[in-house]
Amino acid sequence: MLADLRAAVGPDGASAEPLELALYARDAGVAVGRARAVCFPRSGEEVAAAVRVARRHGRPFVARGSGTGLAGGATPLDDPVVIVTTQMNRVLEVDTEARVAWVEPGVLNLDLSRAVAHLGLHYSPDPSSQQACTIGGNVGTNAGGPHCLADGVTSAHVLAVDVVLADGTQTRLGSLGPDTPGYDLRGCFVGSEGTMGIATRVAVRLMPDAPRIATMLCAFGSVEAAAATVSGVIAAGVLPAALEMMDARITQAVEDFVGAGYPRDAQAVLLAEVDGLDGGVEAHVDAIATVARANGATLVRVAADETERALLWKGRKSAFGAIARIAPDYYLHDAVVPRTKLVQVLRRVYEIADAHDLIVMNVFHAGDGNLHPLLVFDRRDEGVWERVYAAGAEILDACLDAGGVLTGEHGVGIEKRDLMPRMFSPDDLDAQARLRDAFDPDGAANPQKVLPRGSRCGEMQRVPAGAWI
Amino acid sequence: MTASNKPVRVVTPVGARTHWEVGGAPPAGAVEVRAPIGVLTYEPADMTITVGAGTSFAAVDAALAEQGQECALDPRSPSATVGGILACGLSGVRRLRHGPVRDHVLEVRFETGDGRLVKGGGPTVKNVTGYDIPRLFVGSLGTIGVLQQATLRCRPRFAVARWFTGADTSGRYRPSARLWSGEDEAVLFEGVEADVDEQGRGLTALDGPPALPDAPHRGRISIEPGRVRACAAELAADVGWCAELGIGTIHVAAATADALMRARSVAHAHGGWMLREAGGPPADDGYGCPLPNRAVMQRIKHAFDPDGRCNPGRIPLGVAPADAEAHA
Repeated sequence: MLADLRAAVGPDGASAEPLELALYARDAGVAVGRARAVCFPRSGEEVAAAVRVARRHGRPFVARGSGTGLAGGATPLDDPVVIVTTQMNRVLEVDTEARVAWVEPGVLNLDLSRAVAHLGLHYSPDPSSQQACTIGGNVGTNAGGPHCLADGVTSAHVLAVDVVLADGTQTRLGSLGPDTPGYDLRGCFVGSEGTMGIATRVAVRLMPDAPRIATMLCAFGSVEAAAATVSGVIAAGVLPAALEMMDARITQAVEDFVGAGYPRDAQAVLLAEVDGLDGGVEAHVDAIATVARANGATLVRVAADETERALLWKGRKSAFGAIARIAPDYYLHDAVVPRTKLVQVLRRVYEIADAHDLIVMNVFHAGDGNLHPLLVFDRRDEGVWERVYAAGAEILDACLDAGGVLTGEHGVGIEKRDLMPRMFSPDDLDAQARLRDAFDPDGAANPQKVLPRGSRCGEMQRVPAGAWI
Repeated sequence: MTASNKPVRVVTPVGARTHWEVGGAPPAGAVEVRAPIGVLTYEPADMTITVGAGTSFAAVDAALAEQGQECALDPRSPSATVGGILACGLSGVRRLRHGPVRDHVLEVRFETGDGRLVKGGGPTVKNVTGYDIPRLFVGSLGTIGVLQQATLRCRPRFAVARWFTGADTSGRYRPSARLWSGEDEAVLFEGVEADVDEQGRGLTALDGPPALPDAPHRGRISIEPGRVRACAAELAADVGWCAELGIGTIHVAAATADALMRARSVAHAHGGWMLREAGGPPADDGYGCPLPNRAVMQRIKHAFDPDGRCNPGRIPLGVAPADAEAHA
């Protein structure tokens, strides 16, 4: 197979060296798999050729960008060929009039915004890993980020995707026109975590830079006061561009790490950003400040200039790096609760961590209720992984019990696959399985992801009588 | 094999019949089914509302307006039901700012052709858990199942919304809509008073939105936004039209089916296509252009509606895989 892969993608474009395979055995999540081979195509044709080689040799395939995913979505299972898209990293076309860019899947998220910055445009979804993660990976997970509150996550910004389907054929899903005949296959593909094929070109919508942006820092004496402010801001009819919260521990860690200017004595910090035209920005800044003060804010500050604004965001986006100063390891969760349940769920998160003798830090997209509890620990401590897993499971339970969902932006991958029945009935899962199978009848694209075994009703029926499911 | 040899009863969902002929009139003899009506839950602070699919847009809009919020589904007729709007997936003219219908839907519950109640998506404003069943449903024209209820994403209503007209409305920050029917453009700005005044400087204020063209035969052309002007210029004089600039939708209306079909040919010549919205009889050549990725779509249809009970023919999918096997 390696020889065939090399014929497909070039002599130096495929490898089965143990070191290389080990590198691609996992993503940024904890699950470790095993690749049969890894290849680095440079075009859609080469991706299609690689898929056909894998299939001809009876192997599945897994698409991979930078491997920053946290849910194990790019972890190779069933001895697949890992198809890495990082060599396909060109911004192909920018139409400033229509505000559309065609990009290859290996383009880094931040590089795309940088490439169009001189045109007064940007790409809106901005995951914290945006310096490293690829647009292809963003399409796979339907990635989010702080600035998705007002204008939506990746799916709202992808107009069309050229893909290689699981049988090796190339096709386009969606279009540059507003609607496509028949079903919205583009909508199905975005967020399918590589289980419907591989994106080889993506048409993304670019947003005009706002004439005015105001970034605000509000500090509070309690997490409850900060959360009440989040609800109050929405109730006041303000939909900020971003609304992020950090608790005391993470605020201190960030301050030690980058000196972002956050008050060290705050129990919670809110970072709010409003953008648009002068009148709206000023009105919304006033409204947020009023709500924050009414909730006892100890500090309300609007960034005076671009430098201060950048520093405030640097703090937020460095949160995960800052944690290394507390403990060597962390486990980051991703769940969403209704905004109105933030306070009660956060309280529960702290209780759960305490009960398992773990430190938890909270830094999250408060505006859309997207929690990111971080359990920090030292893996050398005996039995710590059991405590981390147990606490994580209880936190997800607490989120679901509050009417939340399993993942807001990281995806299901393998990490949350077996929790899917907590959110979906057998018929719901069967419907999802049928949709997946319509794209990939043989299950060759990223096998064993997203849906737990037994999701297809037929599968259940094949279980021998008396078996425990 | 799920397809049986028994004759099946064909089902068509009915709302307010405002979208009755979108994609072609429903099959004769279909059993008409209706969805529940009413607001089930509405939590303004979460900016989500869950409604029965039979609820009219007007009722949803009134409930949201009480809390200063809205959901910009914007059907042509406010009596349209949420189920009809989602099934047809026809976005309103404020799409430029507010996004298409599909971006407003968080969770759907529908009954599939084989009688299963399926929930897809989730009730929160952000969610990537599992496959995007809501987006599959939007625009599926009732061919995979009958919607029971949906959770929609809302947002605060803008303080001021005002239409303006002028020769050139381009280059202004984030208008909510830009319409053009061949002469002056119309543009909608939404925001606080001062911003809307500023945005409208040099333009003439209008009392309300310009009317979309209306006639017994209507359709919407979907085309790359950059080709709208060239396409519209070639439409014949017997077709009324209004283009959504920046989007690529051209609303077309004509007195006769033939005139509408000629407009469709113009769309095809410019790389676009046209969905019929009103007027019959349905074209027997589907959209008159190939249905992209038809094999995948046929498998989806078969997966959700194995016996072909749900609004057959509303999307020109051709012979379903199971039938093809039977014929082979």
